[in-house]
Amino acid sequence: MAEKGSRAKALAGGTDVLVQLRAKRYLIDRLVDIKKIPEMNELTCTEQAGLVLGAAVPCCLIYENQDVSRLYPGLIDSAFLIGGIQIQGRASIGGNLCNAAPSADAIPTLIALEATCNIVGPKGKRTIAVEDFCTGPGQNVLKDGELLVSIHLPPPKRNSGAHYLRFIPRNEMDIAVAGVGASVVLSNGKIESARLALASVAPTPVFATKAAATLVGKEANEEAVLEAAEEAKKAAKPISDMRGTIEQRIHLVGVLTKRALNKAIARAKGAE
Amino acid sequence: MTTTVERPTESQRRFKVIGTRPIRHDGLGKVTGADRYGADVQLPGMLHAKMLRSPHAHARIKKIDTSKAEALPGVKAVVTSRDLPIIDDKPIDLAETLGNPRVLAENALASSKVLYKGHAIAAVAATSPHIAEEAAELIEVEYEVLQPVLDVREAMKKDAPLIHEKLTTHEVQRRFTRGDDTGVISNVASHLQFKQGDVADGFSRADVVVEREFTTVPVHQGYIEPQASTAQWAPDGHLTIWTSSQGSFGIRDQTAAILGIPQSMVKVVPMEIGGGFGGKIGTYLDPVAALLSKKAGLPVKIVMTRKEVFEGTGPTSGSYMRCKIGARRDGTITAAEFYLAYGAGAFPGSPVGAGAMYGLAPYKIDNVLIDAYDVVLNNPKVAAYRAPGTPQAAFAVESTLDELAEKLGIEPMEFRLTNAVREGDRQVNGIPFGSVGCVEVEEAIKNHPHYRTPLNGANRGRGVAMGFWGNGGMQSSATINVNTDGTISLITGSVDIGGTRVAVAMQAAEVLGLAAEDVVPTVGDTNAVGWTGITGGSRTAFSTGIAAITAAEQIKRTMAERAALKWETQPEDIEFEDGVFVSKMNREDRLTFKEIAASMMATGGPITASASSNPRQVGVSFAATLVDVEVDRETGKVQILRATAFQDVGMAVHPSYVEGQMQGGTVQGIGWALNEEYFFTDDGTMANSSFLDYRMPTSLDLPAIDTEIIEVPNPGHPFGVRGVGEVSIVAPMAAVANAIHDAVGIRMTSLPMSPGEVLKALDEQQRAGK
Repeated sequence: MAEKGSRAKALAGGTDVLVQLRAKRYLIDRLVDIKKIPEMNELTCTEQAGLVLGAAVPCCLIYENQDVSRLYPGLIDSAFLIGGIQIQGRASIGGNLCNAAPSADAIPTLIALEATCNIVGPKGKRTIAVEDFCTGPGQNVLKDGELLVSIHLPPPKRNSGAHYLRFIPRNEMDIAVAGVGASVVLSNGKIESARLALASVAPTPVFATKAAATLVGKEANEEAVLEAAEEAKKAAKPISDMRGTIEQRIHLVGVLTKRALNKAIARAKGAE
Repeated sequence: MTTTVERPTESQRRFKVIGTRPIRHDGLGKVTGADRYGADVQLPGMLHAKMLRSPHAHARIKKIDTSKAEALPGVKAVVTSRDLPIIDDKPIDLAETLGNPRVLAENALASSKVLYKGHAIAAVAATSPHIAEEAAELIEVEYEVLQPVLDVREAMKKDAPLIHEKLTTHEVQRRFTRGDDTGVISNVASHLQFKQGDVADGFSRADVVVEREFTTVPVHQGYIEPQASTAQWAPDGHLTIWTSSQGSFGIRDQTAAILGIPQSMVKVVPMEIGGGFGGKIGTYLDPVAALLSKKAGLPVKIVMTRKEVFEGTGPTSGSYMRCKIGARRDGTITAAEFYLAYGAGAFPGSPVGAGAMYGLAPYKIDNVLIDAYDVVLNNPKVAAYRAPGTPQAAFAVESTLDELAEKLGIEPMEFRLTNAVREGDRQVNGIPFGSVGCVEVEEAIKNHPHYRTPLNGANRGRGVAMGFWGNGGMQSSATINVNTDGTISLITGSVDIGGTRVAVAMQAAEVLGLAAEDVVPTVGDTNAVGWTGITGGSRTAFSTGIAAITAAEQIKRTMAERAALKWETQPEDIEFEDGVFVSKMNREDRLTFKEIAASMMATGGPITASASSNPRQVGVSFAATLVDVEVDRETGKVQILRATAFQDVGMAVHPSYVEGQMQGGTVQGIGWALNEEYFFTDDGTMANSSFLDYRMPTSLDLPAIDTEIIEVPNPGHPFGVRGVGEVSIVAPMAAVANAIHDAVGIRMTSLPMSPGEVLKALDEQQRAGK
């Protein structure tokens, strides 16, 4: 891959790269099938060490894994949303991240869950936070010859909960007009910490730190949630296109933030 | 299949085969994938072709240079409009639309101007599709880009850029005629007016008048199989075309006319078709593949991509409409005024005439004024789409009526029943209706459990709307050959859409006292069977059915003659009962159908019959949609909770396929209502030319669609059959709009009623403090 530089692409499930090649979004000379590399297929999940998710692991193996389902229901929300059933047999969370679409359904969840990226390249290994991975629509920090090997999710904290939801005009098979991933950690009914990330409202997924910060130390109630939702709207810098207008998307960020936080809080309190 | 089949239908009481649900003859090939569709054709030495399409919505072509494409290794032929003969304006009968070969040719390969983004300009045949694609990109076209005209109201303005420099407006008195040339040059191709009574007087007698404006945007038929055509031009000049179309004879006649060759030199072989809905009547690829094959001396296949289907084939019209209806306190409608302007796309020929004729059809209104305009735009040339032109009009009329009923304080179904048309009432063109099932459909709604079950819950609402479609008749041919074992083969020219093979076979079986399985139906090519119109206009089970019935009656007569010979009596003295020929003179003289078939070689030779149909009494169709929705006030998203399709089908030949048509049309109507749209950017590019962003409903967006078959027999068909394919798409948009109003109190007057649009309307409602 290093040899061909930007004229090379990695192929895992192929649900993005093959479609984009056919649509002539870019021209390449080499497509490297990486889905047989053992490290890229790792799926290790424990309460102590968290989750190591190989970049090529397809969504169906993620949501069929009982430990992942129990410990990271927020991630399952995303794994279920990416494509239809057939696509989920091929599509990977790692691929969703590398594709770096502003509308990616997995990235806000990964940000909310404090995930980090394990990258390998000609110059060795490096680790970065997911929120620093995307640099623009379809653009990421990977340099020529570098590969995303796996994603690491830290062990879920006690009394924590996460949720991702998106808005689409249909009920399935669609691209998010807006999406919100949220995670909260509760302590004695109060919000100890929170993370929020937004999809489809900027050139990259948005890590909405200010909105999340409004929640810290507050009672986990309607008022706090609505305040965060209003703040999240300010973090959205969307465009108008065939999928939605600026006004609609900003409005939806408010609605989705409220709904995502309510579900995350409910999960933190032990709800399914 | 649905809950409504428990009660035996009228047909089940009267017939042995009609009204039953045999397995379709072509079922196995469909479910195993063994059937061959347009793109499955493979011939020795076959080349693959790709089209070069315009990147501009409106531009003059100044120069086309194909030399680089021709020089690419593997390229065997390149064609442009220069390879087409010059032809005159002359109509070809295509059922729902009139085809004009000059326009069809211009649409297949642009000559002096490109009129929409995606307009085909040239085609390349090469040894592989990849080489053809690469070569097409090497064709150099010099354009003078012109300002595109994308909206009907803009296009109708006096200072609008002209799409056709010489197009003049025609004043039309009757649909499907050209009318009188006004000589006025504009983008308005025609103005059609219907006038009955005195609208000013009618409105003056109304207690309440509602007038609303409506807009809709183009939507595509969305058939799952893209257009595909393979042509082989033999050295002796005989051209064979294997194609995915709704009518082999239509494709043959269009291709012959475009290429200026006799029909006898063209044979069209119909492939199985993956949906058409009106969009596969006009030709796009066939003459181009033929020209390439002629040049290359090899067979040539062209298969469209989905993007090409969206950008290069007909959607249906977007529209601007104004509907005004007045009624007295007692619920009697006194007058209606209806203005419709439909976008035709690049060439004249929108289905605005049908909208004008049929939008108000469910109501008896003495004073009516309808003005309809056909307007050219820089969009793809529109094609027929299931009940063409009528869903838009029904959206306007049925929404206006719902509001009028609300203002009058009359329950909407009661309001409709008060004004429902009956046999003898005049249509807007002055011609009285024959036997119609409007009242029966409306009564069926009122008695249906869906209607009688209260709808509970916040932000939920119920809506109803009526729909009408005139249905097509046209001509068909059928041949029946009797086998010596008493089975028969039935050859028709009707491409099978929605189970028409089995529906036509069942009608022949009914006449001859056979089981549906004793009939082997074949769809013949254009050299194997008599001329047959398209499978479209809801005409196949009706008109090809009549041809098959007529042929079967001839078979019966021949068999009676054979029996008469044996019994030394007259054929008139022989009866046919339950599959047995019986002499009225001596009732012990009995011969079964099988026995006569077994002895046919000895009694006079093979028994065969060919017949054609030219029906006059086409049974029209009334239908309705009843729908429950839930609106998410925070996101504007509308969820369909329950939907029931009601339809007067005359006589359900194969109820499962009748229900399938009713459900399919309802689904397409719901898609049109909620999310489907051509989303054009300002330069006329369709931004959503894929099934990802052109949002047709999926199974997850819909409940099971319930169906209620109503059977008011059509006197124009021996078994009472009416066309069933189209009318179910007419009512859903207005039904959904009315349900949204019932749920959250807003009136949606534009399609699609997508979440963003509903949200905007809810915002306005909130700001208005309603």
